[in-house]
Amino acid sequence: MDTAFSQEELAFRDEVRAFIAKAYDAELQARLASGEPQVYKQAVVEWQKRLHEKGWIAPNWPVEHGGTGWDATRQFIYDSERAAAGVRDVVPFGLKMVGPVLYTFGTQAQKDRFLPAILASDEWWCQGYSEPGSGSDLASLKTKAVLDGDEYVVTGAKIWTTYAQFADWIFCLVRTSNEGKKQEGISFLLIDMKSPGVKVNPIVSIDNHHSLNEVEFNDVRVPVANRIGEENKGWTYAKALLAHERTSIAGVADTKRGLNLVREYAKREVNGGKSLLADPMFQVRMSDIEIELMALEFTELRVLAAVASGGAPGAESSLLKIKGTELQQAVQSLTMEVAAYYQGVLPNDLGAEQLGHEFGSKARQSYMYGRAATVYGGSNEVQKNIIAKAVLGL
Amino acid sequence: MNFEFTEEQIMLRDSVARFIQDEYDFDMRQQIAKSAQGISQDQWGTFAELGWLSIPFAEEHGGFGGSAVDVMLVMEQLGKGLVLEPYLATVLLFGGLLQKGASAPLQAKYIPKIIDGTCLGAFAYLERQSRYELADVASTASLKGSDYVLNGEKVVVLNGANADHAIVSARTSGGQSDESGISLFLIPLDAHGVQRLGYRMMDGQLVANLVFKDVAVPAAHLVGELDQGLALMQDVVMEANMALAAEALGIMEQLNSKTLEYTKTRKQFGVAIGSFQALQHRMVDTFMAYEQTKSLLYRAVCALTDDEEDAATAVHALKVMVDRAGKLIFSEAIQLHGGMGLTDELDIGHFAKRLMMINTTFGNGDHHQAQFNALRYN
Ligand SMILES: Cc1cc2nc3c(=O)[nH]c(=O)nc-3n(C[C@H](O)[C@H](O)[C@H](O)COP(=O)(O)OP(=O)(O)OC[C@H]3O[C@@H](n4cnc5c(N)ncnc54)[C@H](O)[C@@H]3O)c2cc1C
Repeated sequence: MDTAFSQEELAFRDEVRAFIAKAYDAELQARLASGEPQVYKQAVVEWQKRLHEKGWIAPNWPVEHGGTGWDATRQFIYDSERAAAGVRDVVPFGLKMVGPVLYTFGTQAQKDRFLPAILASDEWWCQGYSEPGSGSDLASLKTKAVLDGDEYVVTGAKIWTTYAQFADWIFCLVRTSNEGKKQEGISFLLIDMKSPGVKVNPIVSIDNHHSLNEVEFNDVRVPVANRIGEENKGWTYAKALLAHERTSIAGVADTKRGLNLVREYAKREVNGGKSLLADPMFQVRMSDIEIELMALEFTELRVLAAVASGGAPGAESSLLKIKGTELQQAVQSLTMEVAAYYQGVLPNDLGAEQLGHEFGSKARQSYMYGRAATVYGGSNEVQKNIIAKAVLGL
Repeated sequence: MNFEFTEEQIMLRDSVARFIQDEYDFDMRQQIAKSAQGISQDQWGTFAELGWLSIPFAEEHGGFGGSAVDVMLVMEQLGKGLVLEPYLATVLLFGGLLQKGASAPLQAKYIPKIIDGTCLGAFAYLERQSRYELADVASTASLKGSDYVLNGEKVVVLNGANADHAIVSARTSGGQSDESGISLFLIPLDAHGVQRLGYRMMDGQLVANLVFKDVAVPAAHLVGELDQGLALMQDVVMEANMALAAEALGIMEQLNSKTLEYTKTRKQFGVAIGSFQALQHRMVDTFMAYEQTKSLLYRAVCALTDDEEDAATAVHALKVMVDRAGKLIFSEAIQLHGGMGLTDELDIGHFAKRLMMINTTFGNGDHHQAQFNALRYN
């Protein structure tokens, strides 16, 4: 048992800090905060390109495919420093989701075609799993793909597709067979969003933003060459990916940063003549969260270390997902309490000076969108079912 | 011991409920929320015609002479419909302060206009720094000749963007957080030196920051005693907190019943999700939270009606319960609706946002718990 960093690791930490301080500049940050969708998208792409140039775009990928080859400690250090600097993690759909599926199960031709553009952020991906009738029960999905020569004809609809409006490609689970178990008739397809018959309908979410969509497929023709692995084996590939997704949803480092921000806000806030941070009741609210977070940070390290020494993220990733998202929401909720009546402010043309408050509207947006974290990536109820079955043997 | 409402009260409650059902469905509500004014003058006119704007006022001013129970029944129904029109701001706060503290001429001039729907009022008490402390007042009013001159800023003023008049708290003596030295003034918002900045809140309310620069106020516009405004504010705020809790209860009922209905119809894994015991227990928890809130609401209303000594304790307890139960209920409602619960189109999120704003109006749960502790254990 030893978790102290070595000299090399400390030097690595300094290198990460120095890089972020330089590359994540104020001008870029302003564009990332933009409410203009295209400005925001371009800024995200640009930041990811800077990471790519540095060679740090894919910490979780193996070296031979363009990953960093970092061990668990370095991944942890990188993620901690990234979050502490307020840098948002990369858009997950290409780099954390379909990328690993491609390099694990894809053909050489598929890898050559898709991986470079994912690493360089030249192509934006989205995830087409959920359907109106198939959420938690994903395997019941109905969007069908019928073979016609060397193409599939895809018909159906996906829903809750994040950033489909930005996407060049969508990775989809589709039904290719109705025989046997429902999991055994699913295939994994990569579909060009520019294909005729693809239609994206926006959905505004409770944070008053547009990131969600419904994606319709009306007789969309997809080359068989865009299928990952074997027909009807898509569920296996998707499952491998879901564990990755859950681990990265935990967001421990970002939650730590969020809690530090709450501390700063609360220190400045005066309540009855005293700093809110000095209020014993508020202190209990803070420490309830911080204590859980201290534990979760080590749980995450334990999982990372197990994975690094050859294990796969398994049922523990469900634990990380449940606790991680609960703590994210707890921090968002506490930020709202600090913002008090300003928590309701919608974006407006008044500056912070006229309004009398800085972070109310931002707190509202994070809090409202944050409700989704216990729903997506497999809802927390479903995660508990997994732990009950797989870990506790119930 | 009697928890029955009178026939008159039941008629009042049913008339509001019927109106919401027939004239104020969620689509209508959203249309009003998106309009420039954020409220509907037509609907307000109907409220006046139906007599709802007269409820808490004395009969001598043309009021209905209603009780706390009447107010509770109306507010609960307005909550169910997520009604945007400024009943709280105009009738209960602006009107409440006039009714309890204003001189006879001011009452005679303004109360009838509230009742007939031609006066929209606001209570401007919050300041940037004040959070939930009513006594934290930095705005000042000083006597110059026979007028007062008001300077300062009020923020997040409910109905501030639409009101034509506001009652404004200002310091006439003492230090920024002193309990004595606060006075209340009635100010027409088109007065010289008043600047308003309107903005929207997530619950559809159009609020405003009001900046006062050397605004002249005749001494006759003083509401209540000079320097003694705090007690009047506290009195009116206590009743307003009860009214907000009633509104919250109506919202909680909607969230629980809509969620229950959804879990009976939404199918996953070939069955209704309501058949999963993991979800059943949670809906039992939200059901109990609702019933407990209702009990505390009734307790507070009885204490207020009978003017009991511990009315303040009961209202603090109620506001704590509304905060805790409200958060549980709206969080579960969103969660159990899955992705649907995250959409702006569905009403669930809008009920949640109104509950959240109710929690930040006149003190959140922690604030009221501290007050409760101080009354009970100090
Ligand atoms: C903001 C957001 C972004 C998303 N992005 C994407 C995306 O990019 N791509 C994509 O494919 N999907 C995406 N999703 C969809 C997400 O994965 C689904 O919402 C999720 O799987 C839940 O499905 P559902 O919404 O149909 O809810 P349902 O499955 O209908 O669930 C409703 C409720 O029932 C509970 N429940 C269901 N089954 C059980 C059970 N057996 N036991 C106990 N409780 C149960 C759930 O936990 C939930 O509380 C996103 C969702 C959100 C909210």
